[in-house]
Order: sequence, then structure tokens, then C-alpha cells
Amino acid sequence: MTFLDDFLIRAALAGIGVALAAAPLGCFVVWRRMAYFGDATAHASILGVALALSFDVSVFAGVLATALAMATTVSALAGRGYAMDTLLGVLAHSSLAFGLVAVSFLQGVRIDLMAYLFGDILAVGRADLAVIWGGEALVLALLWWRWSALLTATLNPDLAHAAGIDPRREQMVLTIALALVVAVAIKVVGVLLIAAMLLIPAAAARPFAATPERMAAIAALLGMLSATGGLQLAFALDTPAGPSIVCLAAALFAASSLTGLLLHRRRG
Amino acid sequence: MPQMPESRRRMSLIALNNLSVRHGGNTVLSGVSLTIEPGEIVTVVGPNGSGKSTLLRSVIGAQKPARGTVTRAPGLRIGYVPQKLHIDPTLPLTVRRFLSLPQRVSDARAAEALEQAGAGDLAARQMSGLSGGQFQRVLLARALLCNPQLLILDEATQGLDQPGSAAFYQRIEKVRQELGCAVLMVSHELHVVMAASDRVICLNGHVCCEGAPEHVASAPEYRALFGTGTQGALALYRHEHNHSHDHDCAHGNGHDHPHEAAE
Repeated sequence: MTFLDDFLIRAALAGIGVALAAAPLGCFVVWRRMAYFGDATAHASILGVALALSFDVSVFAGVLATALAMATTVSALAGRGYAMDTLLGVLAHSSLAFGLVAVSFLQGVRIDLMAYLFGDILAVGRADLAVIWGGEALVLALLWWRWSALLTATLNPDLAHAAGIDPRREQMVLTIALALVVAVAIKVVGVLLIAAMLLIPAAAARPFAATPERMAAIAALLGMLSATGGLQLAFALDTPAGPSIVCLAAALFAASSLTGLLLHRRRG
Repeated sequence: MPQMPESRRRMSLIALNNLSVRHGGNTVLSGVSLTIEPGEIVTVVGPNGSGKSTLLRSVIGAQKPARGTVTRAPGLRIGYVPQKLHIDPTLPLTVRRFLSLPQRVSDARAAEALEQAGAGDLAARQMSGLSGGQFQRVLLARALLCNPQLLILDEATQGLDQPGSAAFYQRIEKVRQELGCAVLMVSHELHVVMAASDRVICLNGHVCCEGAPEHVASAPEYRALFGTGTQGALALYRHEHNHSHDHDCAHGNGHDHPHEAAE
């Protein structure tokens, strides 16, 4: 029984850690319409898994490196002939495909592909927990430090320039934060559902927020609620943990949208 | 560093020297030189694609010059009112919070700037719920927060009706009197904006002509760009008719420019 408690607690801590940093970062993803950007970064990370295993480095380092490479590639290619959504679609799916093919070349290593695609939060160990919380703390610190500049650059690049802020540097800060979140969240929700942890709590927080700060705080709360509640659901119903977390987040989003609609009706 | 008389070097807020800007393969601005002195209202007019916005973006440092230099007075405080600002409806933002970006300002200072911009009652409103005119006044208030020496407005009245934009420019004039700041603005509403200016710069990739509004309005280069109708409109406006007219004056109606494209 103690063992059971222990892995559930570790899983809950991992989920809370990811939700805490993913939600405020997710707000920027929503505000800047970068949803596909998050997807592309996440999908590229399966390639990082394959590379990490074949070169025998830590999966975290491999994923972080490919996620960063992906994000900077997209930033560099943006506005050079292809529409952003086309570019992201090409890069996201081809990097996922290359990653899957690369994994199949790995000989002698049997890796559980499903664990990387959908996460394996129940297998989170102490070391994983340290990586997750360390990474998330770094992301939160980064966002805290650049908050005002990031918001200004999100509003309008020229406005940022006039205030002495370089919008490309702020974009870079977000890119790095995104790569970090992807790298640490891969264990918790997996490659395919990371974007959901970024977007859904942020979107669900919108109807209840009057300022950006409040939206980020509410998103973090909803994200943590989804993580812990989803784990309990998974345990009670014997369903996969990562998807259960996202399902609960989606249910919260639906509820919040309905509430927002009703509030709007009454006010309008 | 070229030798300039001490007084002149201290005086000019902005000095563009032989500025050229390229976008991709296109030369948008070539050989533009101009200075802005404290307290003057300078208006840049020109047809679409003449490089007006690029000029302003160069002044605030958002656009790297291909050639030439942009010199700002040391410690110059610039208040910038962008052309338009799309605020995504997913971003919750009150007017008060918007004023504290990126630098936090006190409630008293925010209230003062909103009052100066004629937006005194808007502090608690959401940015995405403002009308066009209210939005512009909030942008103006934000630009006034830093107590600017130079106020830069890029097509600030786009989307406002004529009485609305006339009122906005009257407010700019009032702000100039109160703060003593210089104003650099771009507009295609010639008749409104020229009447309120000390100096007009007619731009079409390069400076075609510049000077007092009356001088520019009668210059052949200007007429070639905008037709002759605008002079009448200017005169009309000078007589303080600021209610709405059905103006038929030409807004850069596709006259070819007589100059060769300067290289």
C-alpha cells in the first residue's frame, strides 16, 4: 500500500509541476496564436528521443536539443514564402515521421514507443521528478523575469521597439521556455498531448480573467486540477493516465465556455 | 562624427542622414534626410507604399537602415502611437493594465495621462471592448506616460470618421501646447492633418518636397502626387470647417510621379 501511495504521489507531483509552468506559458501560446508552434515543437521531440537513445545520452537532453532546434528553425523560416501554418504542418509531421522511422532503426534497444507518445506518468521516478520540477522552475523564473517585455511584444512588435524591447529576443525566450516544457512534459502526457496541457487550461481560464496575470493564475489552477483529478480518474476507471488528464481539462474547458457564454448573455 | 555646431547638435531631437531602407529586394526609402526640432509638428504625407510607415519605424528603431544614419538626441523620450493595434480577444487586458506595459506606472500618473488624452473614464474597461476613437485615445494616453519629447503617430486616425479624426488632431495640438513636445505624424488625410502642421514632408520613396503646409500644397511635386483638389480642401479646412464634408479630393489617386526613382 505504501508503494502504491508513493507512485501515485510522485505522479501527482509530476502532473502538478508540468501544469504549473505549462499553463502560464500556454497563455502566451494562445495570445500569440502559436498553437501549432507548440505542436511542431512537441512532435519533433520524438526524433529527439530516438537520437538520445542511439547516442546514449539522456532523453531529456535529446528532446530539449531537438525541440530547441525545431523551434528556432520555425522562427528562422517564418515569413519566407510559405504561410506559417503550412510550414508548421510540414515540419511537425515530417519530424514526427522521421522520429518514428529513426526509432525503428534502433537495434538492441526495445523502447516503449507508446510511453513517449502518450506519456507514462505512473512510471515517474525520483530523478524524473527532480528534472520536471527543475525544468518547470526554470520556465517559471524565465516568464517571471520577462513578463512585462513578453506581454508588450505580444501586443505589438513596434510598440515593443519604441519601448526599447527587442521582440525577437522575447520570441526567443518563449521558444526556449516552450522547448523546456516539452522536454520535461514528455514523460507526463507524452508527445501527442503536450500541446493540450499548454492550450486547454489557458483557454478555459479566459472567461474568468480581466487581466493577463489573472488568466495565467487561473490557468495554472485549472491545469493542476486536471492533473490531480485526471490521475484519480485514471486510477478509479483504469484508464490511461495522460489522456485522462487531458480529458478532464477538456471537460473543464467545456464547462468554462458554457459559463462564460451565460455570463456574457446576462451582461449583454 | 561630422562636426556640427554645438547648438544644432543639442537642438535636434532626431536627425536622419541620407537614410535608405530596403525590404527584401525593394528600396523603400532612399536618401532621406530630415531633422525634427523640439516642439514642432511635422507631418509626412505620401501615397500608399511611399515609405511613410517605414520612415517612422526607422525613427523608433524598429527598422534597420540599409544605408545612412538615424541619430536620436541622447536620452530622447519617444511616445509612439502605432497605426493599429490588434488585441487578440483571447488576451484579457484592462486599459489600466495596458498603461503599465512595459513599465509600471502609478494610478495617479495613469489617471493624469488618460485625462490628457480625453479618456479619463476608461481605466476599468477591457481593451477589446473599446470603440475605435476610445482605443486611439487610450493609445495616446499610453504614449504620453513617458512625458515624451517627441510624439510619433502613425495613421493614428485610421478608422475614425472625419469629425472624429479632426477632434483627435485638435487634441494632439492641445497636448503639444501642454507638454511642449514635438510631433511627427503620418497621415493620408491631407486636408485634416496639414492644417495642423508646422511643416509638411511629402514622401514618395524619397523626400519630394517639404516646408510649410501652404508651400507644399502649391508645390508642383505635391500636386503631381495628389492632384490640385487638396489645396482647396486645405484652404477650406483653414477656415475651421471641421464638421463632416463629402470630400472628393484625391487621396493619392494613382498619378504617376514625375521624378525618376532615385537610386
